[in-house]
Amino acid sequence: MEEPLIEIRNVSKVYDSGTVGLKNINLTIQKGEFVVVVGLSGAGKSTLLRTINRMHDVTDGDILIEGKSIIHYKGKELRKLRRKIGMIFQNFNLVKRSSVQRNVLSGRVGYYSTFKSVLGLFSKEDKQKAVDALKQVKMADKIYSRADELSGGQQQRVAIARALMQDPKIMLADEPIASLDPLTTKAVMDELKELNRKLGITVIVNLHSVPLAMQYADRIIGLRAGELVYDKSIAEVQETDFDSIYEGAAKENE
Amino acid sequence: MNEVPKRSFAQRFHLKLVVWSVLFIVLLCGSAALTGVNWGEFFSNIGQFFSLIGKMAHPDWKYIQIVIQPVIQTLQMAIVGTTIGTLIAVPFSVVAARNLVKNPVVRGIIRFILNLVRTLPDLLLAAIMVAIVGIGPSAGVWTLAIFSFGMISKLFYESIETIDDGQLEALRAAGANYFQIIVFAVLPQVIENFISYFLYTFEINVRASTVLGYLGAGGIGMLLQQSLDSFNYSQTAIIILATLIVVLIIDGLSNYLREKLD
Amino acid sequence: MSKASKNKKYGWIFWGILIIAVYVWAILGMNLSGIQSSAVQVTKSIFNGICHPDWHYVYNGSGEDLVSLIIQTLAIAFLGTFVSAFLSVPFAFLAARSSKHLQVRSKIGKFILVFIRTFPEIVLAIMFIKAVGPGAFAGVLAVSIHSIGMLGKLFSESLENMDHGAEEAILSVGGTKSDALFLATLPDIMPQFLSYTLYRFEIAVRSASILGMVGAGGIGTPLLFAIQTRTWSRVGIILLGIVVTVTVIDWISGTLRRKLG
Repeated sequence: MEEPLIEIRNVSKVYDSGTVGLKNINLTIQKGEFVVVVGLSGAGKSTLLRTINRMHDVTDGDILIEGKSIIHYKGKELRKLRRKIGMIFQNFNLVKRSSVQRNVLSGRVGYYSTFKSVLGLFSKEDKQKAVDALKQVKMADKIYSRADELSGGQQQRVAIARALMQDPKIMLADEPIASLDPLTTKAVMDELKELNRKLGITVIVNLHSVPLAMQYADRIIGLRAGELVYDKSIAEVQETDFDSIYEGAAKENE
Repeated sequence: MNEVPKRSFAQRFHLKLVVWSVLFIVLLCGSAALTGVNWGEFFSNIGQFFSLIGKMAHPDWKYIQIVIQPVIQTLQMAIVGTTIGTLIAVPFSVVAARNLVKNPVVRGIIRFILNLVRTLPDLLLAAIMVAIVGIGPSAGVWTLAIFSFGMISKLFYESIETIDDGQLEALRAAGANYFQIIVFAVLPQVIENFISYFLYTFEINVRASTVLGYLGAGGIGMLLQQSLDSFNYSQTAIIILATLIVVLIIDGLSNYLREKLD
Repeated sequence: MSKASKNKKYGWIFWGILIIAVYVWAILGMNLSGIQSSAVQVTKSIFNGICHPDWHYVYNGSGEDLVSLIIQTLAIAFLGTFVSAFLSVPFAFLAARSSKHLQVRSKIGKFILVFIRTFPEIVLAIMFIKAVGPGAFAGVLAVSIHSIGMLGKLFSESLENMDHGAEEAILSVGGTKSDALFLATLPDIMPQFLSYTLYRFEIAVRSASILGMVGAGGIGTPLLFAIQTRTWSRVGIILLGIVVTVTVIDWISGTLRRKLG
């Protein structure tokens, strides 16, 4: 059997405030999978995603990427790891006052000194790469616009282009469509699916919506109160399965 | 559509940014030339500045007894001055509010006067007031009264303009006169804001009043001038410390009261 | 009557008595009788002077006239404010509360800023005059240092309230902390910093126009001299100059700030 791309072993996370983020998670993800993580807000979806690129440290357990433990990475090693993992966010996290071009190029800062990247001294290849990435997400005509002039869906596509600059092996998407309307939601999810199919990027997406998860995922993972309570490939998934994950949600909404 | 657009010359070379930067640098250099900036002199004489700080680092603690009375006077000046300023400000702010006075000419004139008053720095007012009423705390009180009048009027009329117009209309419909509208519709809606702004202005006035005496307008500032003129920096230190403590206490108190209002 | 409304009633009485007591104390301590008898006369002369300003003083080519000194005043305020803006940035980072630990650092930073803000500007001016001699340069230094108190506070508050998403994004692609600072934090926060700096410049113009009263350059020196020698037509023209200048600067700065916002 092929070596798994990501292996999460007995991982727990307790925040400084004492809040439990993750409880003894075990998870293996193969190269090329499109995984959707579902669960209520506060269930630990964001935390799980952020432990994979070490934006959050784990309290306990081990995480292996391509067979190498990453939890003790520091400084340069850590930045090298992150260069290979793209991430997109609920609020897009673009530098709003900067141009689209600059935002997309910032996906390469891991390869430049601070001095060079501040002055915009990116190589010709990287500038061309930015154009290609923007073409991929159909945003090339906005390359010189300022990020805050774009709509939410457009900003998210620019954010995807920024992640593409990294030639990522893994793409982490934290609630990428939570701030978008249904139409742009489809555009963004289609984009992620295409990256997965065409470029073979392993995609892990946090989502609120079960129907959307069933539409796009190869595999669905459910979290509840920091625990992994569900893990099935899409062929085995049934809609009634999710009652246990969203247990109590109906009560909260009343 | 999905193609890189062409940029104009101005965009390509960020002309706007360049023009602003050049203008900024020219202004900075011009200012430096006009003010006779001389960093060489500054760094060669910085020792004197630090020896002054050194003297201040040894406060003359016995001087505290002398400072207490003027500190109290400073506070009293601030209280009376702010109050007089507020009392004058209330009618002006009512007339300057867009939703209460429909006549743009009257409103415009009042606002113009208020803007004029607000351009005058506190120490300038103090110098003039000392010339008018003579050396002493009265000059300070009047300075602070005028100073807070300008500030409070603006804060007040802006706060009046944010009130809910529905209540005004309801009273107008019921046949209430101008005065009744103010008492029954305006006042209840703005009173908390008013008190909060009053306290805020009071804070600022306490800070301001500590230096007014430098020009003879009463309070701790008179001692400040004496100690500086006689090179008694260990006394200056006590005055500054006393000012700091009073300002901190008043800020804390005023913040506490303002939070309680919300 | 319920207990709560009873408490409220007593609360009102308590506050009422307290406020009356404070005012009695303040007014009695004031001794307001000290107004000199010539007050009305002087007020009349001042108004007379303002109505008949000394137009010859506006410009006479000596460098000591109204226009020259107002320009010098503006130069003091401009240079002082922008030097101060640079100096304020490290203080702002020191004083800004960060999400995690280091509360102590923020407390220390905040205290330093309060101290600077409370340290009277004219005392600073006098201290700098001892170091570099009387003149506009001392005024520039006083404005630069004093403004740190307010700018540092405003800057640190906008750092506390800013959205850290863009920083997170830069870190997530493998950027260093300084990448995040220079590529995300500063570009995002710069317009707000600039807007606060312009606002502070408006205040600095007012204070630069009085720093001359202690010998730190600008229009304040001839103003104080004119008041003390009771040359009211001179006072009138200088007041007019200050009012016009401050109004124009407020307008320009306000327009720029709206553009930034």
